Amino acid sequence: MSRKRGKLRLLTGRDKAVLTAMAGVPALLTTALIWVPALGSIVLSFSKWNGIGGFDQIQWIGGKNYYNITHGYPPFAPAWHHNLIWFAVFVLIPAPLGLYLATQLDKRIRGSRIYQNIFFLPVVLSLALVGFMVELIYAPEQGLINNLTGHTKPGNLVDWIGNPHLNLFAVLTLAVWRQTGYVMILWLAGLKAVDPALREAAALDGANEWQTFRRVVLPSLRPVTIVVTVITVVETLRAFDIVYVVNRGKNGLELLSTLITDNIVGEAIRVGFGSALASILLVVSLLVIVPYLVVTFRRDD
Amino acid sequence: MSSAQNSPYARGVSRRSLFRGAVGLAGVSALGIPALSACSSSKSSGGTGGDAGAATGTVTIGSNGSDPVPKKAFADLFAAANTATGLTTTVNTVDHNTFQQNISTYLQGTPDDIFTWFAGYRMQFFAQQGLLHDVNDVWDKIGGNFSDAIKAQSKGLDGKYYFVPDYYYPWGLFYSKSLWSSKGYTAPTTWDDFITLCKKMKSDGLSPVALGEQDGWPAMGTFDYINMRTNGYQFHIELMQGKQAWTDAKVKATFDHWTELLGYTSPGANGRKWQDAVTMVMNGQAGMCVHGLDQAGPVFQQAGKSDDLDFFAFPAIDPANGQDAVEAPIDGWMMSKKPKNHDGAVKLLQWLGTAPAQNTYLASSPNDVAAASNPDTSKYNTLQKKSIEFVSSAKQISQFMDRDANPTFVSTVMIPALQKFIGDPTSIGSALSDIESQKKTIYAG
Repeated sequence: MSRKRGKLRLLTGRDKAVLTAMAGVPALLTTALIWVPALGSIVLSFSKWNGIGGFDQIQWIGGKNYYNITHGYPPFAPAWHHNLIWFAVFVLIPAPLGLYLATQLDKRIRGSRIYQNIFFLPVVLSLALVGFMVELIYAPEQGLINNLTGHTKPGNLVDWIGNPHLNLFAVLTLAVWRQTGYVMILWLAGLKAVDPALREAAALDGANEWQTFRRVVLPSLRPVTIVVTVITVVETLRAFDIVYVVNRGKNGLELLSTLITDNIVGEAIRVGFGSALASILLVVSLLVIVPYLVVTFRRDD
Repeated sequence: MSSAQNSPYARGVSRRSLFRGAVGLAGVSALGIPALSACSSSKSSGGTGGDAGAATGTVTIGSNGSDPVPKKAFADLFAAANTATGLTTTVNTVDHNTFQQNISTYLQGTPDDIFTWFAGYRMQFFAQQGLLHDVNDVWDKIGGNFSDAIKAQSKGLDGKYYFVPDYYYPWGLFYSKSLWSSKGYTAPTTWDDFITLCKKMKSDGLSPVALGEQDGWPAMGTFDYINMRTNGYQFHIELMQGKQAWTDAKVKATFDHWTELLGYTSPGANGRKWQDAVTMVMNGQAGMCVHGLDQAGPVFQQAGKSDDLDFFAFPAIDPANGQDAVEAPIDGWMMSKKPKNHDGAVKLLQWLGTAPAQNTYLASSPNDVAAASNPDTSKYNTLQKKSIEFVSSAKQISQFMDRDANPTFVSTVMIPALQKFIGDPTSIGSALSDIESQKKTIYAG
């Protein structure tokens, strides 16, 4: 440590200017573009404002927005519920499936590049296109599934998008399809970085393939595992695009993110109410991210 | 009703009397459609509208006509405007949905002199926020061009004009003529006949009423009509404006009628796009659908079946209300608070409020009708002509739930509530008190 401090004293004026610029500018931008608006939202969450006129138009109403959200806003409870289901599904399916696909691709089987592209392709599709695919696959009379299975008549029609008990899972199927490719690429990058010497050593010690994977490869993937966990949480909390394209997050597809958009984007808006919803989401995100940062920094020490 | 006292819309003067007063001021005959009168000169040059007739310079226009067809129509319209008024017009086109979503930011920034918008509460809200300039001096000149019902839709809650109507389209029950003649169906005028027809269609193996509610708004047309037929126009509009309670037994009666109709509505409505619902009608899978000409028209048009499309008025439920009210959303123009060229904007709006200008725009859109009551209909198709008659004979005109009510209330409360009702009609009993309590918090601010 003392050597470091000694070095610092040797910095020239120019070094200091460069360092200030490189650390200061991002810090300023982060503060101005992320933390000031975030704190602003928290302040506004105690207000009532339709976004028209100056700040003098804002009425301060205390915690009333939070009371209204929890006591008189029917979509709030379902939105929580759906975010939790989303998380559970993302943990149970794309994360392990992505790992499985990555390990298979890592074996350099013939055409692995092609498979890799096929699995990764959904990640680069625009949300508008995915929304269009939802229509093609699930539409009641014109959709692929109902036509293949013969469920297009009024009596036996399966309402994939409109039935609030089905549509979340219909949409999650596509979300999982996209997420799996994303997670797979992360795992694959991690696997490529695993030192081949470790595997050789395990093989020399007589470990079979499963044992090698379980005892050697997986532990050395720990940094990637953390990244995938964080990505899964983050993608759950910011899940938005697919449900918004399908039906703007209504009727069984409510998520916290769509409730916020509903209230603060539009012609006549409830800035205070929407900010209160956003503040709730912010607190939940911090509850996840702060422990992650604490763990990461502690390990770096 | 206690909420009415807290409501920003509760005023000493009723809407109706404001309307009457303003009509008196404008010096217009009280009833019916005014004929082409002295003040209907189609060009505003050298008119009587004060100094606006002499105005020159550039007028800027904000347009939401971002799709290719309206974009070209606007280009044609303003080319004609330059010639007719001697003004120079500059059109700023913004993506259709973005324009609407950003409207309050737009109006508080540096808006164009005039811009495209919609009649109803959706206009009155922004007038009341002080973001608009009144257009009374425009109406001094164009007053004779419009029917009273359309005039009433052009005023703010303060009785001043804020809106210049451009075109409208009617909502009704749309059907395929060939299907109906082959099965021998006739258009019902009462609820009982309507239900009888639905039963017959069902026994013929059809889905009587097609509905595609995935986007959340199409079912609002059905609600508006059933509510206006059950409880009358006045109650409906007051309900939309937050002055009546959703827990009122009258609203329950509306949903009871709708529940009966849902028994004949295509299942799976919440998962169907409205285009697919219209297509079911076109292909003979469904008997009819509640829609606007602006939606049903293009679907039939693209399939080359425009001649097979027809519509009829939503049947009467309570004879006291008959089939008086017609839902006909009107699109048009408004002036921003501080236009850079006020006189030029007035002059341009005076021209835009004439039938020839409106038909210039509509030349490429056969699914709307000029809002002026004296358009040259020689190029109109049968349905356009029928629409004029249909709307002119209306005693009252409603816009649409999302134009007559607070937009936040509609998107955050009514869309979820209607979709839930359609999925499970029994849920409405408890939903109405939820709607009412949310309405109170939203309309109060």
